[in-house]
This record gives sequence, C-alpha cells and structure tokens, in this order.
Amino acid sequence: MINIINIHKSYVMGSNSLHVLKGIDLEIKQGEFVSIMGSSGSGKSTLLNILGILDNYDEGAYYLNGKLIKNISEKQAARLRNELVGFVFQSFNLISFKNAMENVALPLYYQGVGRKKRNIIAMEYLDKMGLRPWAEHMPNELSGGQKQRVAIARSLISKPKIIFADEPTGALDSHTSYEVMEILKEINTDGITVILVTHEHDIAAMTQKIIRLKDGRVAETIKNGDLMQWKHQYMKELETA
Amino acid sequence: MFDLDLWKEILSALKKNRMRSFMTAFGVFWGIFMLIVMSGAGRALENGIMDGIKAFATNSAFFWTEPTSKPYEGFQRGRRWNYKNKDIEYIRENVKEVEYLSPKLFGPNTNSGDNTIRGKKTGAFNITGDYPDFYKIDPWTPIKGRLINEIDILHKRKVCIIGERVAEVMFGKDEEPIGEYLKINGVYFQVVGVVHPETRMNFNGNRKTESIMIPFSTMQQTYNMGDVVHFFAVTSVPGVKVSQLEARLKELLKERHHVAPDDVQAIGSFNIEVEWVKYMGLFSGIQILTWIVGIGTLLAGVIGVSNIMLVIIKERTQEIGIQRAIGATPGNVIMHIVAESVFLTVIAGYIGLSLGIGLLELAGMALGTGGDEVFFRRPEVSFQMAVAALAVLVISGIIAGLVPAKRAVSIKPIDALRDEGI
Repeated sequence: MINIINIHKSYVMGSNSLHVLKGIDLEIKQGEFVSIMGSSGSGKSTLLNILGILDNYDEGAYYLNGKLIKNISEKQAARLRNELVGFVFQSFNLISFKNAMENVALPLYYQGVGRKKRNIIAMEYLDKMGLRPWAEHMPNELSGGQKQRVAIARSLISKPKIIFADEPTGALDSHTSYEVMEILKEINTDGITVILVTHEHDIAAMTQKIIRLKDGRVAETIKNGDLMQWKHQYMKELETA
Repeated sequence: MFDLDLWKEILSALKKNRMRSFMTAFGVFWGIFMLIVMSGAGRALENGIMDGIKAFATNSAFFWTEPTSKPYEGFQRGRRWNYKNKDIEYIRENVKEVEYLSPKLFGPNTNSGDNTIRGKKTGAFNITGDYPDFYKIDPWTPIKGRLINEIDILHKRKVCIIGERVAEVMFGKDEEPIGEYLKINGVYFQVVGVVHPETRMNFNGNRKTESIMIPFSTMQQTYNMGDVVHFFAVTSVPGVKVSQLEARLKELLKERHHVAPDDVQAIGSFNIEVEWVKYMGLFSGIQILTWIVGIGTLLAGVIGVSNIMLVIIKERTQEIGIQRAIGATPGNVIMHIVAESVFLTVIAGYIGLSLGIGLLELAGMALGTGGDEVFFRRPEVSFQMAVAALAVLVISGIIAGLVPAKRAVSIKPIDALRDEGI
C-alpha cells in the first residue's frame, strides 16, 4: 500500500537548510492502523504530509498503491488526494461559511457529483457519526468533538483507502479524544488504512503499530504484541523523569 | 454552467467584505460610467455639428473676391475686383470637373435697415440672387410653394422665395404667403415659396430663416448690378477631389483677372472637404480621448479589483489549502477566483453602463426640445460601444482575477494549510 525508500526532505530558508527527514524507509500494508510518534521537530508531520501528497520530497522514492509519487503535477496530486486519501487535522479545517453537511459533501463536489446526490451521501456519513441533527449547523456552532467528527465524515465520503490524521486529538479533551479514536478504530476495521501522527502515548497505544521518529530517522517500530511491554517502559521513563 | 456552490461562495466572500467590495466595484463602475458618459457627450457634439452640415454637398467649394495683395501686370496692390458672368460661362464650358456651378449675389441684408415692405409691415432680411443649382449644394426644402427654377432665371421673373422667419414677420398667421407680393428694396416680387434650410452652413453670418432669395438674373438686372458675380459655389464630379478643383479654378481665375499667380489673398475660398476632414479629425480625436480617459479610469478600477482579490485570497489561504487537500485541482481554484473577479467587475460595470446610458437618455430628453440652434444633440452610445465596453469588462475581470489566482495556486497546499491567517 505505502512503500517509502530512503526519503530525504530539507527545508530551505534563505541560506540555511534544515534537513528534516534523513533517509526514512517504511512499509505500511493495506488495513493497518499506524501511529507516527516523535518529539517536536522529529519530522513526523513532514512525513505525514509527504505520504498525503501535500508536500514533496527531495530524495528517495514513494510508492502509493504501487504508483511512484514523484514530480507529479498539482492536478494529478489533487486527483490522487481526492480519490485515495482522506485527511483529518488537529485544527479540524472545516470551511467556516459552509454548514456541516456542505463541508462533508465538499470532496464529492470536486469529483463532479451533483448537489442533491452529494448532500444525500453527506447526510448518510453524518448519520454514521451521530451528527444528523447538526447537519445544518455552521462549524462555529459545533463542539470540538463534533467538528472533528464532521471532519472525519468529510475524509470518508470519497471512500478513500487511507486516512491521514495529523494530531486528530490534539485540540480535544481526553474523553472526546477517546471517542474520536473509537471512530478511527471502527473505520480501520472496515479495511481502511489509518495513519495518525500524535505525541500522546495513550493515543498511540490504541494503534496496532507505532513508528517512533527521532532526528529524522525511524528510531523504532513497535508492533501490536510489544505494546504492553512498551507501555511498561514508558511508565518507567515517566517515573525516572 | 451554473454552479450554485461557486456562486454561494462568491457571494459570501463578497458579503464578508461588504465595504471593501463596494469601494472596489465603485472603481470599475466609475470607469465604465465615465467612458459611456464621455463617449455619449462626444457623440452628441458630433451629432449636433453633423446635423448642421451633413445635408451639405461635401464635394463643394466656394469662391469670393478680396483686394489683391500684390502688384501684377501694371495693376497696383489693393485692387478691388469681381468675378463676371463671363467667368461663370467659361468655367461651365471648359472645366469638365465641375458638376454643379451656382453663382450668387448678395443684396441688402439684416444689418442695413428695413429693406422689405408689405403694407404696414416692414422687415430687414438677407436678400440674395441665386441659381437653382444652389439647392443641390446647400439644400432647402419648400414648406409651401416651390424653389427658384431655370425658367425664373431665363425670364428674369420677379419672384422670390422666403425663409420661415420672413413668412412669420411679413404675413399674419392666417394669411397665405404664396402669390402675395413683397416690396424688396423698392421693387415688387411675388412670393412663390416658403422654405426651410436643411443645414446650418452659413455664408453671410445671418440667420438663414431670415433669407429672401430671388433669381440671380433678376437681381443683376433689377438692381443694376451689371455682370458682377459676388460669389459662386461649385461641386466636383464624382471621382475628382474638390481640393484639386479648387486649386485649378483659382489658377484659372487669377489668370483671367490679372492677379499675381502667387497672390494668396485675392481669391477667397474654402472647400467643405477640408472642413469635413477637420471635423472628422476632431470627432475621432474626441472619441480617442474618451477611450484613453475611460480605459485609464477603468484600468484603475480593475487594478482595484485585482488588489481586493489578492487580499481576499490572502485571507482565505488556509481555506484554499483545505480545498486542495480534499481534492480541489489548481484549475478549480483558479476558476473560482476568476469567476469571483469577473462577477464583481461585470456587476459593477453593468451598473455603470446602465446609469451612464440612463443619464444620456435624460440629457437627450432635456436637449431634445432645444430646436435647430442647439449644437449638442442626441447624446447616445452605439450598441457596438456598449458591447465593446462589456467585453473590456469581462476581459479585465479575467485579468484582474488571474493574477491573484496564479498566486493562490503557487502556494504549496501544505503551506496554505499551515497558514494561520493574518
């Protein structure tokens, strides 16, 4: 599904160059539930953006669904994002002057689906998120958890193969965070690959695989079975700190 | 292609910045308004002047005499001289380029005191002696009766045709002028026509409606003028430039009257062709100026639109980022921004166009009652002009939108998403 080989990425700011990703190899299979962790500046968001074709990379190769993603036009990128990928952001990124239903329907608009049809589909997805009564509400009339559920519905409406979530719980309290994680788990059981970036250990622990980045490199990969042990280690780290 | 979402977004974006949208649109509105009003005013001036001369034969030239300015063949400078009947005959027979030739005599005019009497009524009018061909050069229409004809000339009949004003002054409202007699400068003439001038071209500076015209030959004989000709008008045959004819006739006349060939003063003349070209130059000058100023103002408005679009896009960078993250292509984004820009420009321009045309209509109505003497008539813009203005608007709207749109898509989606607004 996702295969990246020796990916490098630098940000150039004037004469300074910041080497963010220093050769990352990664393979994620269809249906996995993966979290990318790491301290601030470790490159986890950059990696996610590259995976989501929101950003480009300097060296290496990225195969998405068997197709090499390199130097593709912005138009192609937009189509791939629209068809293959869904995004969930920390700051929800809903469009403020559209109501919940219209926000959810937006990806279908770019696929050229008619207004009535896409609104009906959007209502179905809102219903799945338990938000049917809020369909006509504007984003500023919704709570954080509701906004994130609207955003998830929006990411799902184009029936993507992968959901990328950048700190999806970052702006939510722990109770709401767990609700959102439950939804993401359900999505994953439907066969959609979910990749999320987080710095919260308890959130990461709910996923099946944790990729820890450190200084632009993959520091360790923790599989499902090792999670308990990892939790233990994490507690120890906290104690010593 | 009606896309409700597109229009909803455009309207909401413009509504959010009501004041700024209005001010920007005002620039475009004002530009097109000025363009229309100025062009209409220019056209009104053109109409006013063209109405005065359009019926006039444009291939005509006019000749009169002035004192000579150079001594020649024994004559001193400052000699006063006249054309003669012989000149007219000679030209008729020998100059093939002449189509119509009409000599004219000036009698007493409005400045020389009352010259026309009928019973107790008296008046001062412009008395001229004319040939029928004159009406082919400077057209008059008979309201009653007829114009002077060849038989009048041949028989030296004592008949006259009178301008509308003469009829008003010399006859009561219920009186029929035709067949009545006027005593003009001591001699009785029978009125055979009441006439209306078709042009405002004028040879002696007096009002044309105050003219009394009698046959040329009658005038020469009755008032003892011998074979003198004061003035004559010619038109050139088709295909010959009247300017060439004018030069040729001048040469010929100088030779016949012992005037120095290089005397530029002795023969007074002008030709309508030259005047026509001058007027045409003036009108196209006015129209060009109108377009320059109008386009300039419009350009300022368009730059304003472009500017506000840049600001709108800056504010909506993140929104555009979201749209692109969920699948909007650069084409979608550009389309949206350009449509918004064109919408703003066209709406503003259309209002400017409508108000401009409305103002011209009002002005036209107010001027419509001004009568013959008004030099400013029927302010109007042509359909082509309105279409051209609209085309300019749409094109400028597209250009105004393209600059910010290109900029919007030049930002990488991820940078647009990260944009925290201003």
